[in-house]
This record gives sequence, structure tokens and C-alpha cells, in this order.
Amino acid sequence: MSTDVMAIQTAQISTRPWTQILHEWVITVDHKLLGILYILYALVFLVVAGSEAMIMRIQLMYPHDHFVSPQVFNRMFTMHGTTMVFFVGIPMLFGFANYLVPLMIGARDMAFPRLNAFSFWLTALAGFLLYFSFLGGSGLYGAGNAPDVGWWAYAPLTARAFSPGHSTDYWTIALLVSGFGSIGTAINIIATILCMRCPGMKLSRMPLLAWLNLVVSGMVLIAVTPLSAAQIMLCLDRYLGGHFFDTQAGGSATLWMHFFWIFGHPEVYILILPAFAFVSEIVPVFSRKPIFGYPVMVGATLCIGFLSMSVWAHHMFTIGMSSYANSFFTLTTLAVGIPTGIKIFNWLGTMWGGKIQFKTPMLFCIAFLFQFLIAGLTGIMLGSAAFNWQLTGSYFVVAHFHYTLVGGFLFAVFAAFYYWYPKITGRMLNEGFGKLHFWLFFIGFHLTFDLMHIPGMLGMPRRIYTYEPGRGWDLWNLLVTVGAFVQAIATLAFVANLIVSYFKGAKSGNDPWDAWTLEWSVSSPPPAYNFALIPTVVSRRPLWDLKHPEDPDSRYE
Amino acid sequence: MAMAKKYNPDRKLLVGRVAGILTIVAGVLLAARLCVASPTSENAVPSIFKPHSTNAESLYHLSHFVLAITGVIFAVVFSLLAYVMVKFRNRPTDVGREPTPVYGSTQIELAWTVIPIVIVVVLFLATARVIHAIQDSGRPANALEVTAIGHQFWWEFRYPKLGVVTANELHIPVSTPTYLKLLSADTDHSFWVPQLGGKTDLIPNRINEMWIAPQQTGIFLGQCAQYCGTQHAKMLLRVSVESPEDFDKWVRAQKQPAIQDETEAAGRHIFESTSCVNCHAVAGTNATGRFGPDLTHFMSRATIAAGGAENIKENLRLWIQNPDAIKPGSLMPAMKLSDVDLDALVRYLETLR
Repeated sequence: MSTDVMAIQTAQISTRPWTQILHEWVITVDHKLLGILYILYALVFLVVAGSEAMIMRIQLMYPHDHFVSPQVFNRMFTMHGTTMVFFVGIPMLFGFANYLVPLMIGARDMAFPRLNAFSFWLTALAGFLLYFSFLGGSGLYGAGNAPDVGWWAYAPLTARAFSPGHSTDYWTIALLVSGFGSIGTAINIIATILCMRCPGMKLSRMPLLAWLNLVVSGMVLIAVTPLSAAQIMLCLDRYLGGHFFDTQAGGSATLWMHFFWIFGHPEVYILILPAFAFVSEIVPVFSRKPIFGYPVMVGATLCIGFLSMSVWAHHMFTIGMSSYANSFFTLTTLAVGIPTGIKIFNWLGTMWGGKIQFKTPMLFCIAFLFQFLIAGLTGIMLGSAAFNWQLTGSYFVVAHFHYTLVGGFLFAVFAAFYYWYPKITGRMLNEGFGKLHFWLFFIGFHLTFDLMHIPGMLGMPRRIYTYEPGRGWDLWNLLVTVGAFVQAIATLAFVANLIVSYFKGAKSGNDPWDAWTLEWSVSSPPPAYNFALIPTVVSRRPLWDLKHPEDPDSRYE
Repeated sequence: MAMAKKYNPDRKLLVGRVAGILTIVAGVLLAARLCVASPTSENAVPSIFKPHSTNAESLYHLSHFVLAITGVIFAVVFSLLAYVMVKFRNRPTDVGREPTPVYGSTQIELAWTVIPIVIVVVLFLATARVIHAIQDSGRPANALEVTAIGHQFWWEFRYPKLGVVTANELHIPVSTPTYLKLLSADTDHSFWVPQLGGKTDLIPNRINEMWIAPQQTGIFLGQCAQYCGTQHAKMLLRVSVESPEDFDKWVRAQKQPAIQDETEAAGRHIFESTSCVNCHAVAGTNATGRFGPDLTHFMSRATIAAGGAENIKENLRLWIQNPDAIKPGSLMPAMKLSDVDLDALVRYLETLR
């Protein structure tokens, strides 16, 4: 892009015809616009998948309820899970990574801008393919639509004998296509971080957000490829007479489990590490202190990355593995608690002795710490194979992973929205609305997911569309549904805040939080080429050095 | 606007947080009270914390140990977080001064690396011990053998040494351990009766095993715990743990051939001349289907449709006429019989005691 395009973008944005603006968004290869596209895409699917969750919660409000049929309920949990993981979680983390990584490492764009656009549009296509199944597919029940095999789609439920019609194919192809998109973006992020850092930004001076995204992208490369391979094998099974997973022809059901979870477990760390990344950037700024133990934080991240590859079979403790295998995966799973614990302690160490400002981004981060602590502890319970035999497959495990993905990932994403929205739009999100959103969501979250552990311990399995009265589950399910409504209202407050603040929010200026990383040195929103002059850095907090020339960080590192 | 509020130590916020937490705690306690008070019979709630078998009990003790350790970790870390939030919140007197930067401390970081390692080792050893005790215990010679086969959406139980076949309601004696061989006829299922032990999956092309050594007689409830298709929700389990005498009595009754009550010959004729026999077996007749539950001693079971409904005349009639009314998506077809035939068929089924 030349300078006159930049001028058009900044000065005449409202005077151009909408078709031209739309055209620009479609053909863009700018990492910032693609980042925003990813984020908006994830937000749309967050609302869609959230609505699917609401349908399930209404159905489970009372025993023997008839709000939806079992067929519809099964589609809802399949679509909810698949959408949240592949079309909310991954696009959200790639969106923020796309937008922030080049700005934070002092680069003008990603390493491969066209690959970047290609990857986004692949992911977008995959989401539409998945949802096209509502029109084009028919599932287990033959006459229905949309996949209904669960988000991990265990064989042989996906075989044509049990899933006639095309809904499972839409699921398979959607995940395959989105997998290619994810691999493309992961390669791009790795190349960008390794090759595009500004002068002086050694790996040891890189913001933690960049480090964490580097590790996440490496994990995507390792984890998504087996999933893609498994999807191709499933296609072969369904259409070309393959028998990988077709148990009726001697295939193996557990083979699919291994393929899926060797993707599936790293996947949850792929989602939670970006959350760590946001928290690692936001907590220091609102505590007014540098991150405590930067090298240990990087080491712990790498450690989590490695360990995450060795824990997948803890999803399979009940499939009849040997006692040695069960013990081994117990050990590796519990071991993940060590680097994760180090991270929590280091965040506390960062806050220790600081001057904590309870702005909305920080509120979400503190709630994240509290909730992630609990999620980690329930994770230890589930990681202990013998205890897992009772807990897995029940509502306890549903509560546990929602604790990590909502209480952890989503809270951190909300923090990131409040923190970087001023950079992206040039306007602040309304603080009052933000606090309302925070408290409503916090209360709703705890009402839903604290209580959800209990029916699990009382024997309620997951993925059931209804349950028998008198088993002690009724009251909990009712309260969980009430909490879900509170969360839904809170999300509406958030979306309203995003829209209203875009037009009416206070102007933010370049650096509203008095922060220290490079993205705050440029205008809000940043110019098309990010940096008129490529910056040179001498420490981990370049803007601190700029603001405190008498006592720069470089003196201590 | 944001700047004006910047240095306001938001006490109200802290008070709000504490009040919020207290409300949640109070709510939980109240709800727990209600929940504990509500169930009618002792085992109506299949809680993992009310174990009645040897291995459920060892899981229960392990769970207490794990809960205690995680509880202590929670208390410590949460107290630290609360302390940090209160102690190091921004105060109005602090205007303009940045706190002293601290970049790290090797000793402290070493401490909070080593302590978790020790905890992990302890938890691992405790778990490995229980895994070993449950998985590697030899099978006693007197153990009862049962083959459990998962079907969409019901359970088949076969007692190979006793020659008994039944469905959905497992009968086992209290004094001897029972070894279950777990198979699947179609998709994955999982056998879970929380008060008698953890889950084990039933996977096609794979033989799994689990054992139960119940310590108390009674009816224990459970259900399929691995999503297996449309009616996964109504694939319920009832395990009747009986005294050795009662169990022997039950086995003797089950080994009898089906009763041939000549007064219900019309109903039997309908059963044997329609598609019922393709899926259901009645010992001693031409009905030998294995796709659905064995009906030889059908009336000895308390429920129909894998626990979907009580085994009474009205439900049975409805089930044959329109299974979707009880269990939509089950593989039992609607039989489309006339009212007269339906009544005769139900009367015949009611003779299968």
C-alpha cells in the first residue's frame, strides 16, 4: 500500500461508498485488518454457540423437559463444542496474535501477508461449511440435519452405519479446512516472530505475548496435523471403503481416540496459553511493575508446551488401558501442574508490592487468576486416573473444562478486549458498562459452573438430553440454567459496549494505560505500516525506558 | 473521565466482591441442605461419595486425599491473592509514584518450583497405589462372571456359567466379587454405577474388564456414561445387590423356561408371528432375536425401555404402540397393532414372569 491509500484509510473513511470499503476488507493483506476480521468472526460465532448452549440449558432446567427433542439436543452440544473450539477459540487467539504480534515486536506486517489472508478465508469457509450442514446434512437420525456425533466424534458413531447422510461429512470437511487455515497462520506467526523482530529485540527481550504465541503456534503445527490426518482417514472410511475406524469391518475405535486426543489435549493448551499471554501483559501494567521472573515464565511456557504433548491419554482412562499406562499418564498430567503453578505464583509475584489499579481489564485478569486456580485444582483431581474413573464423562468434567475455557480463556479474552480496544479503534470502552459486564458475568459464571460440579459428583453423565427426577440433580440444573441466563445478559452488555463505544467512546490517545510495550508507541488505530521508523529497543519495556530515561530497565536486565 | 477516577481505592468494589462470594457460599450451603433433604430412598442419589463396594470405597478414600491436598493449595493461593489485592491496591496517597520494580528472585522461584514437584510426586504415588490395587488384583476363583454387552440403547447381561440372560437390570450377590466382561454390539458405551465403582467403557472390537465387590445389598442406580447416539440419556442401569440366598433364588427363577400360559395363546401367536421375534428372544419358543432385550422373564424386571419407564401395563402398551412417546429415537419400532391385538400381546407379555 502506498501513502495515499493510508491517507484514504485515515481521513476519508466515511466518505467512500460502502462497496469500496467492503472490497478493501475482502482483499486486505494487512495484519491489523485480518486480525479484526478474525476477532469479529469469533465474536459472531461466540454468540451463535452461546445460543446453542442456552437451548441446552433450557432443556435441562427440569427433569423430563420437552423443550427440544433428543435429536436437536445432540446437534446442539455437537455444534456448541465444535464451534467454540474451532470457530471461537482459535480465530480469537489468531485474531489477537495477528493484530498484536507485529506491533509488539516492531514489525510492519506478518512475514507472509498473503498466506495470512488465505488462512483467514480458509477458516471463514470452514465455519460456513459447518453451519451449512443445517441445510445440507442429515445426521444419526437420518432425517435430521447438522452433525450430532459430539465434538470429539468418537468412532464408530461416525461410520456410515451410524451416521447416514452428510452432516458428519460437513463436520469432517469443516475441521479439515479450518485445520489448513490454522497451520497456515501458525507457520506465519512463527516466521514473523523469528524473522521480523526490530533491531535490539532479542528473543530474551521479546514481550511474553510474543513468546507465548510462538509456543502456541509450534503446538498448532504438531497437534493439528494428526487431526487433519484423522479427518482424511475418516473420509476414506466413509466414502472409499477404508476401515481405519470402522469397527464393523475390523477397524479400531481407540485409534480415533488416540488421533483425536493427541490433537485435543494440546488444543486446550493452545487455547489457554494465549490467555496466559494476555494476563502476562495486562497484570504488570495495572500493577505498575515489570513481570516477575521473565525467564522462568518463558521456561514454564516451553515446559507446558512439551508436557502437553504427553498427556493426551488422560482423556481415555476408562477405555481399559493397562495400569502402567494409566499411571504414566497420571504422572505427566499432574506434572503440567508444576509449570502452571509457577505461572500463577509469578503473576502474584508481579502484583506483590505493586499499586494495583482495579480497571476492567485488571478485574477480568484477577478473576482469571482465581478461576484458573480452581480449574487447575479440579484438573489435578481429573488427572489422578483412579479418581478420574468416577469424575470423567460426568458433569464434573463439563464444569472443569468450562472453568478453564470460560473462566480462563474467555475472561482473559475479555480483559484483552478492554485493554486493546483503545489501540484498535482509538476509543475507550465505557468503564461503567465494563464493570457491569464484569460483575454480571462473574456472578453468572460462578452460579453456572461452580454448581455444575455437583450433579457430576452425584452421578449425572454429560451429553444427556434429559434426566430422571429424584436423583438429587434437579435443583442444581435449575440454578445452572439461571446462571447461564445471567451470563447471556452480561454478554449482551459487552456487545452493546463494543458497539456504543465505537461511536461514542472517549478518545484514547496513543497510550491510555501508561503501558510499556511497542504497540502503545504508535497512534490509535495504528497507521497502515505500523511504524514510520522501525524502532530500536534495548530492554523488555521499551516505553518504560523512554518515559524514565533516568532509570531505564536496560540497566537491570 | 478515566483519569479522574484513576487513584480512587475502590473499597466498594472489595466489599462487593466479598459480599458476592458470601452470597455464593450461602447459596451453595442452602442448596446443599435442600438437596440432602430431598431424596426419598437411601440410594436414590447415585453419589460417588456414598460408596458401597470395595473399589468404590478405595476411590472414595483417594478422592478425600486429593480433595484435602487441593483444598490446602486453594486456601494458600487464594489467601495470597486476597492479601495482594487488599494490601497492594492503589491508594490515593500514592499519586505519581511508580512502585519499585522487582524483576525476579531465584530463591523464591526455586521454592515455588520444588514444592509443587513434591506435591505431584505424593499425589502420583497415592494414585498409582489405587490403580494397582484395582487393576492388578487377581481374579478370585469364586468370582461370578458376567458378560455385559452395550447396545444402542440398552444393556445385555449374560451369565455364561449360570446360563442366564437378562437386560438392563444386573443382579449380583453381595458376598462374592463379580467380574464383568465388557463388550459392545455397536458404538462406544460406558458402564457407570457410581456407588459401586468408576467407569469402564464398552468398545466394539475390544474386550474390557471390571470388577465389583459390593458390601451392601440394595438397588444401585447408574447409566451409560459415554455418548452412544440419540438415546444415550435413557440407557439407564439398575444393579440389584442381593444376599447369596436371594441371588440363588433369582438365578433359579431365571433358568426356568418361559411360562406357556395357554389362556394367552392369542397374544403369544401375535408375538411369534410379527417382527417381535426378529429382535427379541423368549427361551423355549421360536423367538430368538438378539437385537433387543431377552424377554423370557420380562416381568421380573422393574423397568422397560432400559429404565425409560416403569414396567406397568399402561407403559408397556404405550411402548409397543409408540416407543417414541417414551424414548424418541430408540430402535424399537412402533408395532402398529389393532387395540385388540395390542391388549392380547400385553397380556401375553405379562405372563412372562
